[in-house]
Amino acid sequence: MINNYEVIETLKMINQENLDVRTVTMGISLRDCAHSDPKIACQNIYDKITKYAEKLVPVAEGIETELGIPIVNKRISVTPISIVAESSHTDNYTCFAKALQKAADEVGVNFLGGFSALVHKGLTKGDDILINSIPEALTATRNICSSVNVASLKTGLNMDAVKRMGEVIVDLAHRTKDQDSIGCAKLVVFANAVEDNPFMAGAFHGIGEPECVINVGVSGPGVVHSALKKVKGADFETVAETIKKTAFKITRTGHMVAQEAAKRLGVPFGIVDLSLAPTHAIGDSVARILEEMGLERCGTHGTTAALALLNDAVKKGGMFASSFVGGLSGAFIPVSEDEGMIEAAAMGALSLDKLEAMTCVCSVGLDMIAVPGDTPASTISAIIADEAAIGVVNQKTTAVRVIPAYGKKEGDFVEFGGLLGKAPVMGVHPYSSEEFIARGGRIPAPIQSLKN
Amino acid sequence: MEKAVLTVIGKDRTGIIHGVSGVLLDADINIMDISQTIMQDMFTMVMLVDIANSKVEFTSLKEILREEGKRLGVEITICHEQIFNSMHRI
Repeated sequence: MINNYEVIETLKMINQENLDVRTVTMGISLRDCAHSDPKIACQNIYDKITKYAEKLVPVAEGIETELGIPIVNKRISVTPISIVAESSHTDNYTCFAKALQKAADEVGVNFLGGFSALVHKGLTKGDDILINSIPEALTATRNICSSVNVASLKTGLNMDAVKRMGEVIVDLAHRTKDQDSIGCAKLVVFANAVEDNPFMAGAFHGIGEPECVINVGVSGPGVVHSALKKVKGADFETVAETIKKTAFKITRTGHMVAQEAAKRLGVPFGIVDLSLAPTHAIGDSVARILEEMGLERCGTHGTTAALALLNDAVKKGGMFASSFVGGLSGAFIPVSEDEGMIEAAAMGALSLDKLEAMTCVCSVGLDMIAVPGDTPASTISAIIADEAAIGVVNQKTTAVRVIPAYGKKEGDFVEFGGLLGKAPVMGVHPYSSEEFIARGGRIPAPIQSLKN
Repeated sequence: MEKAVLTVIGKDRTGIIHGVSGVLLDADINIMDISQTIMQDMFTMVMLVDIANSKVEFTSLKEILREEGKRLGVEITICHEQIFNSMHRI
């Protein structure tokens, strides 16, 4: 029998240290929903999602009750809509986003991802329409998330797409200005996007994925933080070992929940994503873990090294706990969703440049960062280009989810509410990148891509 | 057999086992093992129970135990054994 200490340890992780399964995400292929008439395609999409995901929420809630572990989010990811909608005769895909919203409401999920396009080498007709539709689609819906992959190791950077996405982000910020430009919180620009990511806003059901699949994202920054508190002052070997052991336990829980959910839903189990995903709740912060290692504030010198250690140890512990590890798998550093990051950014300890450096050693990228509302589109494109370059050269996923908060300037606060949190507006460099972005074309794939 | 782990944490007093086992008896739940210790000054009891023949649905059972815990001034939780096994056993 499990001994008392083990039982109490598990309960303490759940009740006091915010251990939870962050998301159970059902991936659904919509490839068979395409139709030349967009109305019929939308109906096909609605019908398919509501049929496949009908039991997703009740099943996840049942698992929560029986196993005693909270499953915070129940979500859906779908085939990139640019692929599904491409054969429909229409030049605006907003109707598809609305159909997705209707389906999400019907099955009770809090986010649905996949209003997406993969354009790392170039745009098809459908990709072009989708990107044009993003500002309107994300304004007309509440829970639909969008992502666009603009670069990959094998193809390099599609700088035309990078330029377009800067403009899309600014447009979206304007359209949702009454809510602190919240639309941008639902849009991610990727390099090396993964096909089985269960986390939003970047989740989509990749084209190599099966008909339907269950992917699970675990979390637990609070648990790692508490474990590190017990080894105060110990050397880094001990720190790494402690994180590894904790990550193992967290991931085992996620793996078990994933298998249970897959079994009960009669759907194959895909992957467990070993990410440390913070929330803005006290005691659920990645920044506080870094500070626990001995940094006065997250963002000071040493932060990148601390994060590298954390990210690596989480992976090493986690990969032993589940045979199928995938998604993004690493520590997330979304500023507005992390209580410690919010504080560090507000007091000026954490800058955009430092965040960029941090993204070199963790998943995923510049995430949930508010920048001044008058930031030029070309500057945002340049931020995307920098981040994509880091991803491509380091053969990892990177992403940009920045919010040029309409009417706000550096030092102001934006408030998104709920899971998306709040964030101080961070300064960007005042010098122009206009001519750089205006060049267009592609930045060639790096030498690392020539492996065959 | 369907095993669940029931835990009671709180200030020690008379009648805790009586109260909890009363609930389990009413639900036709068999107690397979009990152990109790004082951990960090708190009374801690861990019970392994078999809920295969339970007359009470799991969600209701949780609620009844929570109420009983309130009455006794302790915190009672119950969850399937699976979560502990997955975390602590390879």
